[in-house]
Amino acid sequence: MSVRLKVNPIACEAHGMCAEILPERITLDDWGYPIIDERPLPSELTALARRAAEACPTFALLVERDTSPQRER
Amino acid sequence: MSPQSDPAGLPRLLAGMPAHGSMGLAEHLALHGKLPFAGRRERRGAGALIDLVEQAGLRGRGGAAFPLARKMGAVAASAGRAPIGRRPIVLANAAEGEPASRKDRVLLEGLPHLIIDGGVLAARAVGADELILCIDEEAGPALQSAKRAIRERERTGGDALRINIQTVPGGYVSGQESALVNLCNGGSAKPTLTPPMPFQRGVRRRPTLINNSETLAHLALIARYGPQWFRQLGTQAHPGSTLLTLSGAFAHPGVYEIEYGAPLQSLIEGAGGATSPIRAALLGGYAGTWFDGAMIPTITLSNDHLAPHEASLGAGIVVLLSQETCPVAETARVTRWLAEQSAGQCGPCVHGLRAIAGAIEELAAGAASAGAGQRIARWSTLAKGRGACRHPDGAARFITSALDVFAEEFADHARHGPCDACSRTYELPLPASSKLAAAA
Repeated sequence: MSVRLKVNPIACEAHGMCAEILPERITLDDWGYPIIDERPLPSELTALARRAAEACPTFALLVERDTSPQRER
Repeated sequence: MSPQSDPAGLPRLLAGMPAHGSMGLAEHLALHGKLPFAGRRERRGAGALIDLVEQAGLRGRGGAAFPLARKMGAVAASAGRAPIGRRPIVLANAAEGEPASRKDRVLLEGLPHLIIDGGVLAARAVGADELILCIDEEAGPALQSAKRAIRERERTGGDALRINIQTVPGGYVSGQESALVNLCNGGSAKPTLTPPMPFQRGVRRRPTLINNSETLAHLALIARYGPQWFRQLGTQAHPGSTLLTLSGAFAHPGVYEIEYGAPLQSLIEGAGGATSPIRAALLGGYAGTWFDGAMIPTITLSNDHLAPHEASLGAGIVVLLSQETCPVAETARVTRWLAEQSAGQCGPCVHGLRAIAGAIEELAAGAASAGAGQRIARWSTLAKGRGACRHPDGAARFITSALDVFAEEFADHARHGPCDACSRTYELPLPASSKLAAAA
């Protein structure tokens, strides 16, 4: 089961912890707010993603189950 | 012309619109007949009404153009899963925070029973026992009209459900669906993070159907005259008539009802033309898209036609900009207003729109540093999809399209500073309460 990242933009206060922990998927904009790559995470990044979510002081980073329909290739 | 004399023709919604005041219940019933489906002993229920809406192909008139039958189906299904007694709630949205739109308040002022009829039918379709009319607190005549209409209906037996009014504070985002739910639940009129969507969990945690008030007015007519009648106007994908608010350089601005898919050119002619030669047309309001004046003869007022231009009619808004006014100054002023209209909750919206507004003002003043255009483009891209609501997305679309259509004027201002027209006159409407409205 894959997971994906999402940010709650109302809760986010631009602490930037998430981008420190998961730069593979999270960069910061000019004001320090995260720009999130919302594609499903490869399994080797899910542990880091959970660490990033736990590190967020405002609990604004969400690790969600990927419920989107799988695209045919 | 009344619907009786020419059932398919126009006006439909605006038939019998009084020049002053609002149409009373007796006159409304004489014009359109008794409301079907809605009586206390009515046996045809939810399924039949949703089928009717499905056949008619009615889409929402609040901007998103979502098929009403699907929205109703989602609320009804969600209600089916809710504990017994948790019946859905229907909201009629007449909050209309977009300054270039007046259709909802005009409709509510003149023909309140049409909107309430639609709300009663929608409630019937999803099994709701309460209808809430959401009305801009500053729209005095519309509020009075709604109150009078509710009293009138109560005196004549009522509608088998409660009808209440929720006043909504002014503001561009306060009519957004989750903001209305938040407000009705005792919070502020600011958007919240979704999901849960209102149809899943809305007002008082109940499944909530939120419809634009014009959409409900169409429903009131579809229930009476049928889906075939409705489809005699409009396009296959988007049938019926639609209300438009015309403003800016129209000789006769105001609220008009047109066949969906009519040419923009005929609309302009029907509204007395423009006050002076047209520089550009804005479709969809301040979340919308600019078109160069030269393109006007090619434009059809339908989302199917506009989609390839990344444009839509939004809530039915057409603004003409004449050559008498400066598009750069107009863009700077409206962008500043859009930045001020951020609910202040999401960083990318607060900071992004403020930065863009500042950069556009510098461009307009000829005081921008090198690369300002690229910075605005980058910030506009960054604003998209990063708020709890779509305000930053809409603002970015408006700004990007202004920079594109008025590229020449922007380049000229960046080099030479303000032009003669900069402070001559403003045509893009802003609320009278904004200090930017009077800054001509």
